[in-house]
Amino acid sequence: MDSYGHSLMLIAIMAGITMLLRFLPFFLFSRKTPELVLYLGRVLPYSVIALLVVYCLRGTDLAGSTHGLPEMISVLAVLLLHKWRHNTLLSVLGGTFCYMLLVQSVFG
Amino acid sequence: MNRETFKRAFTDSLPVMAGYIVLGTGFGILLSAKGYSFWWALLMSVTIYAGSMQYVGVDLLAGGASAVSTALMTLAVNARHVFYGISMIGKYRDMGWRKWYAAFGLTDETYSLVCGEPDLPDGVKPSDYYLLLTLMNQCYWIVGSLAGAILGNAVSFNSAGIDFSMTALFVTIFVEQWEKNRQHFPALFGLLVSLACLVIFGADRFMVPAMAIIGIGLLLFRTIGRRQSKNG
Repeated sequence: MDSYGHSLMLIAIMAGITMLLRFLPFFLFSRKTPELVLYLGRVLPYSVIALLVVYCLRGTDLAGSTHGLPEMISVLAVLLLHKWRHNTLLSVLGGTFCYMLLVQSVFG
Repeated sequence: MNRETFKRAFTDSLPVMAGYIVLGTGFGILLSAKGYSFWWALLMSVTIYAGSMQYVGVDLLAGGASAVSTALMTLAVNARHVFYGISMIGKYRDMGWRKWYAAFGLTDETYSLVCGEPDLPDGVKPSDYYLLLTLMNQCYWIVGSLAGAILGNAVSFNSAGIDFSMTALFVTIFVEQWEKNRQHFPALFGLLVSLACLVIFGADRFMVPAMAIIGIGLLLFRTIGRRQSKNG
């Protein structure tokens, strides 16, 4: 098979499996949802957002040259900004600016 | 579909817009650097639409990976999406055909916007809101990946660290949920299990065990809670 054909096949596999994973709960439980699944649906968001935060920070190297300081300081900045104004856009832009400044200039 | 719904969806999507255009551009640049034209970036962003998977996908395509290893990789990287679907079954139930697009577009970022309680005003129809928000986010992603693939490395701008915008978005949502909910067990449990699994299994392998333990732990928590309320 030529390499374009192979690339197309790989894209089809990635797209197909990703779709399947995303549709699966809706296929399985769309008619009648078991109570346990509804319960999970209610509490999972809280656990999963925490999991996503850890997932985003998984590459942080505590033993490396920066000791994870840019990450810790910037997460703290986001927390404080958000506690202060409760404006998601401000917290995201402020935190990102803080992190970029730290990794490019202070620890760069 | 009314103006108010559109306005609300657009406002709520803004934090993702910034992140997606940047991350999408990064993906487009990487893919074009491997010799793939912008059509490939478009195809992947329309059909796969999963940020971290598309980054991994660049290496799979360029390295000529086998079908089996591509399938396994996709399962491992995207297994977390099953969780997102489970938590949206209730809210997406009455969306009709829109449900399938909303389910297809349930990325990390879209999920983080729709999983909470968005307190929508009366004029905003939830099913239109969820559909529009999902669609807008995918548009940002597509625009970003096309920009990256077309402009390639022409633009020079030190973007190191800009991917922190996603982390920041999730942290703000964590705070919002924490303040809205008096029951902090699920959030704390999720945080501790994820950190513990990260330390034990390492950055590349901690997601699946963490999800399994979180799922089982939450179910056990409910069983214990029920038994206590029965006895007490």
